[in-house]
Amino acid sequence: MKRRHVMDFERPLVELEDKLAELRSLDLAQNPELASEVESLAAQIDVLREETYASLSPWERVQVSRHPDRPKTQDYVAAICTDVIELHGDRTFGDDEAILAALATIDGHRVAVLGHRKGKNTSENIARNFGMVHPEGFRKAMRVMRLAEKFGLPLVTFIDTPGAYPGIEAEERGQAWAIAESLSLLSGLRVPVVAVGIGEGGSGGALAIGFGDRLIMLENAYYSVISPEACASILHKDAGKAAEVASCLSMTATDLVGLGIADEVLPEPAGGAHRAPEEVFGAVRARVATALRELGSVGSDELQERRYARLRAIGVIGSDEG
Amino acid sequence: MSISDWFKAREARRYTSAKGAPARGADLPDGVWVTCDSCKRIVYDGQLAENFRVCPSCGHHFDLTAHQRVELLADPGSFTEFDAGVTSTDPLGFVAAKPYVTSLASARERSGLPEAVVCGRATIGGHPVVLGAMDFRFIGASMGSAVGEKVTRTFEVALAERRAVVLSTASGGARMQEGMLSLMQMAKTSAAARRLAEERLPYLSVLTNPTMGGVTASFAVLADVILAEPGALVGFAGPRVIEQTIKQHLPKGFQTSEFLLEHGMVDEVVPRGQLPARVTLLLDYLVRGGEVA
Repeated sequence: MKRRHVMDFERPLVELEDKLAELRSLDLAQNPELASEVESLAAQIDVLREETYASLSPWERVQVSRHPDRPKTQDYVAAICTDVIELHGDRTFGDDEAILAALATIDGHRVAVLGHRKGKNTSENIARNFGMVHPEGFRKAMRVMRLAEKFGLPLVTFIDTPGAYPGIEAEERGQAWAIAESLSLLSGLRVPVVAVGIGEGGSGGALAIGFGDRLIMLENAYYSVISPEACASILHKDAGKAAEVASCLSMTATDLVGLGIADEVLPEPAGGAHRAPEEVFGAVRARVATALRELGSVGSDELQERRYARLRAIGVIGSDEG
Repeated sequence: MSISDWFKAREARRYTSAKGAPARGADLPDGVWVTCDSCKRIVYDGQLAENFRVCPSCGHHFDLTAHQRVELLADPGSFTEFDAGVTSTDPLGFVAAKPYVTSLASARERSGLPEAVVCGRATIGGHPVVLGAMDFRFIGASMGSAVGEKVTRTFEVALAERRAVVLSTASGGARMQEGMLSLMQMAKTSAAARRLAEERLPYLSVLTNPTMGGVTASFAVLADVILAEPGALVGFAGPRVIEQTIKQHLPKGFQTSEFLLEHGMVDEVVPRGQLPARVTLLLDYLVRGGEVA
């Protein structure tokens, strides 16, 4: 049997759930009183879960965003897209499986889809490098951006990466160059771009395909300038202080809306997206379709102006006399 | 004394006596004698200044301040700074290890600068440009809202006045203390650089030691021609992060300008003394489509 992934903060909940399952496996036909107590326990667990998930700390949300059962880009594509044609390769070096690229249809809209792709198990994760993209992955994404622009297809992106891969080959092949060029291309793309934060938004590797005319964030998705662990190890010389640092970084969905970076927070079921994925898929489909409909009526010059103005407005500065 | 201190002390003894300069690095009066970070020789500061702060013995390029950069690149007396009043605030109320406001205050005091980049109008070889220079002393010249805004305005002013852009970069990357606001400056500056490019106005970057992370992965490498100073560390991920990830030591020279040249990422590695002439010649080619004046 597959080992269950239990996050620290949900341990008390999980223990109760296990007890409940045990009780339910008993034959309670002879004991109606106990049976009703079991049901009241179940109700109490639901309340506890609601409460726990209503007040998660940023660090706890990071854990939910990294949950191995959390729906991945390919799950969203399978659930909300039809007539999917996956596209492969950057035409220069290789096909980075950490980026999923496809032509797809969402609610009647023909679109191009890009997303970071993590695996469901170890062998998939090795092939996809845990969703950590190499330069050829960003170049594959850029190739598909140009394709989308050429044929007037809106672009829908799914953000879910710990970050761009920090490795020797990645540097040799110009990781920074690939990200920068992707940012430039995406900023000026003449078709609508809808980005959805579904899990991890790790720094530049997330940003390379992670902004546009709309940014929709799942409730427990994060988006950050640096991973809380890396930030803690730089500022505190102690990666163990990640929980503390996570609260400083303004990296939750709600934080992003407050900073004027994201447009909306898409609520998740108590327990996280993996508890009721169909519900989340339905909501994402609806929000993306709405955004595509709204953006579809905007001319491409106007779209570009608005996207530039949107980026231009981000930041908080002082203005001393000088 | 730790072993590494003993090695340092031994190095100091070995080189100082040979040069007949003061005996111990630690006792040197400020601003007269400088120990070269690379060859450890003691160099007379005046000689260093005449040599663009390049070590006369080993060619090591010392860090320059933003104003020294401007002096190096701009035609004498041509530089007029703008947006000096655009500065960082502490939008997130960030406190980890120490408050961001404290880091800002000490950076301002130490560098004498309001922010990590200095931008202004200038001429280089007679060409009107907007020139920007980053200063590593200011929180590692990291890019937060203010640096992002000033770099964006650099491109916008150039676009409005049909000037070329020359940027001398140095940075540890995005400024963590402003969280996502810093990350988004990568997209903002890249978008501004793109608008300049669409109008076919030239943009040259000079990558200096060190240029890393979110600055490399945005405007720094979007230039039409990319120059780098010898031996500069330039890349995306920091060497320590890579070593921790791959559990190996990195090869010598990894992520240097010369490594980048070999891998096709920069156009030319240019010693500092030759930079003004090189930038001028490039502008001669790129401004007005190469019309010979």
